[in-house]
Amino acid sequence: VTQPTALFGVALVTSSALLAVGAAGCAALSRVRPAWSAWLGTAATTAACAIGGAGALQAVLRGTRDVTVRLAWRLPTGPSLVGVDALSAFFLLCIFVVSGLAALYGHGYLRGHETPARIATASASFSVLVVSMVGVVVARDGATFLVAWEVMTVSSFLLVVFHDRREEARRAGIVYLAASQMGAVLILALFVVLSGRGGSLAFAGFSEARVGAAAHSACFAFALLGFGLKAGFFPLHVWLPAAHPAAPSHVSALLSGVMIKMGIYGFVRALGWLDPVPTWAAALVVAVGIGSAILGVLHALAQHDLKRLLAYHSVENVGIIVLGIGIGLVGRSEGSPAIASLGFGAALLHVLGHGLFKGLLFQSAGSVVRATGTRDLDRMGGLGRSMPVTATAFLVGSVAICGLPPLNGFVSEWLLYVGALRAGAGSAAGGSALAVAVVASLALVGGLAAACFVKAYGVVFLGTPRTDDLAPTEAPASMKVAMGFGIALCALLGLWPEAGVRLVSRAAGDLCRDASALHAAIAPARGLARATAVAIALGGAIAWARSRLLRGREVRTDATWGCGYAAPTARMQYTGASFAAPLLAPFSPLVPLHETAPTKLERFPTVATDESHPGDLAGEHVVEPLSRGIAAALLWLRLVQYGRIQLYLAYVFVTLIALVVWLVARGVP
Amino acid sequence: VIAIRAAVDLALVIGLAPLFAGIVVRTKAICAGRRGPPIRQAYFDLARLLRKGAVYSRTTTWIFRASPVVVLAATLAAAWVFPIRSGEAAFAFEGDLVLFAYLLGLARFFTMSAALDTGSSFEGMGASREAAFSALAEPAVLLSLAVLAVHTHAISFVDAFETLAVAPPESGRVALWLACAGFAVALLAENSRIPVDDPTTHLELTMVHEVMVLDHGGPDLALLLEASMIKLLLFAAVFVRLAMPAASRPGPVGGAAFLAGLLGVAALLGLLESVVARLRLPRVPQFLVSASVLSGLAFAVHWAAEVR
Repeated sequence: VTQPTALFGVALVTSSALLAVGAAGCAALSRVRPAWSAWLGTAATTAACAIGGAGALQAVLRGTRDVTVRLAWRLPTGPSLVGVDALSAFFLLCIFVVSGLAALYGHGYLRGHETPARIATASASFSVLVVSMVGVVVARDGATFLVAWEVMTVSSFLLVVFHDRREEARRAGIVYLAASQMGAVLILALFVVLSGRGGSLAFAGFSEARVGAAAHSACFAFALLGFGLKAGFFPLHVWLPAAHPAAPSHVSALLSGVMIKMGIYGFVRALGWLDPVPTWAAALVVAVGIGSAILGVLHALAQHDLKRLLAYHSVENVGIIVLGIGIGLVGRSEGSPAIASLGFGAALLHVLGHGLFKGLLFQSAGSVVRATGTRDLDRMGGLGRSMPVTATAFLVGSVAICGLPPLNGFVSEWLLYVGALRAGAGSAAGGSALAVAVVASLALVGGLAAACFVKAYGVVFLGTPRTDDLAPTEAPASMKVAMGFGIALCALLGLWPEAGVRLVSRAAGDLCRDASALHAAIAPARGLARATAVAIALGGAIAWARSRLLRGREVRTDATWGCGYAAPTARMQYTGASFAAPLLAPFSPLVPLHETAPTKLERFPTVATDESHPGDLAGEHVVEPLSRGIAAALLWLRLVQYGRIQLYLAYVFVTLIALVVWLVARGVP
Repeated sequence: VIAIRAAVDLALVIGLAPLFAGIVVRTKAICAGRRGPPIRQAYFDLARLLRKGAVYSRTTTWIFRASPVVVLAATLAAAWVFPIRSGEAAFAFEGDLVLFAYLLGLARFFTMSAALDTGSSFEGMGASREAAFSALAEPAVLLSLAVLAVHTHAISFVDAFETLAVAPPESGRVALWLACAGFAVALLAENSRIPVDDPTTHLELTMVHEVMVLDHGGPDLALLLEASMIKLLLFAAVFVRLAMPAASRPGPVGGAAFLAGLLGVAALLGLLESVVARLRLPRVPQFLVSASVLSGLAFAVHWAAEVR
């Protein structure tokens, strides 16, 4: 075993142990010494993430050997196989970085709002969630994977229903649990088919599994649906905009930032087993990406609830990641590692980038919610004055998530554009058409996302307060520090695109079976860095010249010009709903908006009301009818399910008799 | 050397942009039978604004003050990746055309945010409309650039235009013409020209771009005005290079052709604004979608030609 691999292994074991000890300690102390317990939880989780993150970073940069370790536990499922390769190492880096920042932030977030015992419970679940995600990416056999996957589901469920006094959280939790179990069943089916006749669940055998064309297509469908349910592909995302806002904000950051990416990890892993996938599958992946990205951002645009808006943006960004995977598949089927590595590299870099900026956005949204007690955009306004750090964090997150330079969101989208344009120029007509569709939808999504985040940032932080009853104060220090780290990382990866390319180059190289394929992107990344740096210097020069010009001149403040209107009020400002209206109008069939008819105005108008509630296209037209249909179809089960113990005893008795009769009839003595 | 080239590009763009805007205004005046302001009027306006002080709204935060700086810096940086002088740009790398489009997106993000910073409903209206129109125009811009890239097998402005000028691909020019048409529609929308917006007024009915800068004054307004004139010039320049491959030939002939092309576009723009009426707002999205359709059609034509 090489030295970096050994170091990485040590770091991984240490951090997992720390997480486990932290969780156990938290749970044990929660009754006796609740105040210590919360401190212990934060300290153990952040330390574990720092150690694990450092190990993962050096493994990602210096490379690891593919090592698989056999843990001969006496479990009914047999020994566990765990291991790391470049893909696992990269996802581990994402997990540790985002979880560490979320844990640091969470320390201040809950304090003062919840009892120490409840905070300790949340802290323990948080540690379990992190360690289970580590388990998911290091698992090398189906049974271990599924155990880690289910622990992840249960611990995140406990965090989603943390505010269990609220009906919203309980409902969201049930929907989330149902969706996750459905996904787990599909993943189990995938493993069963791939394990084939031999029945070994080791991942190493999956890629050699000889399955027929029909079984291969079924496996692809299981992977797309099973992992898509966790990742939130449209229309399987329905649980996501319910669960993420219901959870405490540091948990929302963790769920949106990394937990849904476990679905992406599983999907990418499965694509490796199913390689080569047919052309229609690549087309389907691109279509799923386009649908998730465009419909996700359109639904986000319609929201009035700040955290729900961010949750829909996770659907959009998962769509962008899937577009990258689609370009990767196009490149793989064209036999072009250059194109494939750009697609996969862009997808992976966006996984990390989205973890960083979505973490930042949920954290800043969380401090707004903590300070104001509401998530309703249209009741806020002008918060930038009282919460400058939070406002800056939200602005940085917004610019990054819109994919605008000079932040990290641009770098991954730029890689994706380069990959798509190369595929457009260098593939057969089919691949070329897919690539052009990717370019067009990325451009549309970029424009829509910019509209959505100008709306969110502007309505929450700019202008004047829309209501008088909010008295916001800035977040406590630990939250500000976490947001500061997030800002710094988004800026670092944006200003130094080469670093991002290097972080993903090994994993992307593995996925396209050409280790050095992504190195071709390093020279353009340097060009991008140079142009960005000079542009920033130019901005500095302009700012300096402007302040020189204004020195010594009259600079005063006055009211905003009201275009001659004498009595403007804060209520006359554009609201989030009115800002989004012109853009939603042409897309109205795609985004259900339930509006009550405005009150009819009399000649001398007094009070008028008008309400609008954004719905969900998939929820209303796919999931609800489907679940109603299933519920109706299962009604006949009531014939046997009466809830009487005598009846159930009768069933047992009848079954026994029947079995005896069957055995006797078969001639068994 | 790079520093000198970058400085030359900067000077060219900053100097030429007001002249370009002046030609458009003069053409409109001639069409309307007026004498109109002198062609150099935009320079006078800028000089006057730069000599003034500033008045800020009490509602505004640092975003409002930072936005003119960010807008101008991003627009100028976009000019750096575009070959203003035929055959070379200050910065050229694979994928620079994406940076070009997204830097202009960054400028728009800050213009809209600054508009919301004032808390004025009028500026909110402008920002909302700008967000809607630009989101719909964005696919047309990137699709036209993608036609260029796919057609020439080059993902950098300099390489793509050079290929177009020196060794144009065999597969016909119809695709590029369609892309030009799509880009032209995007040009009108992105630069708030008729029939989408009216650059000469900020009355309620046409409140898009002009209304977003209502509260800016003095040097800040000068920076914003200069940035919007540069943006118009850049879009016109992309259009000229797409439509006239000869303008991208290296040497003085190419440069002269490029300038002549810009002059032609300015005159054409003035003419168009004199004879076309503004669209009703609900019609604008259809107009913008037509741009993307044109560029999409360009791909169909391109593939048909490739197959043949």
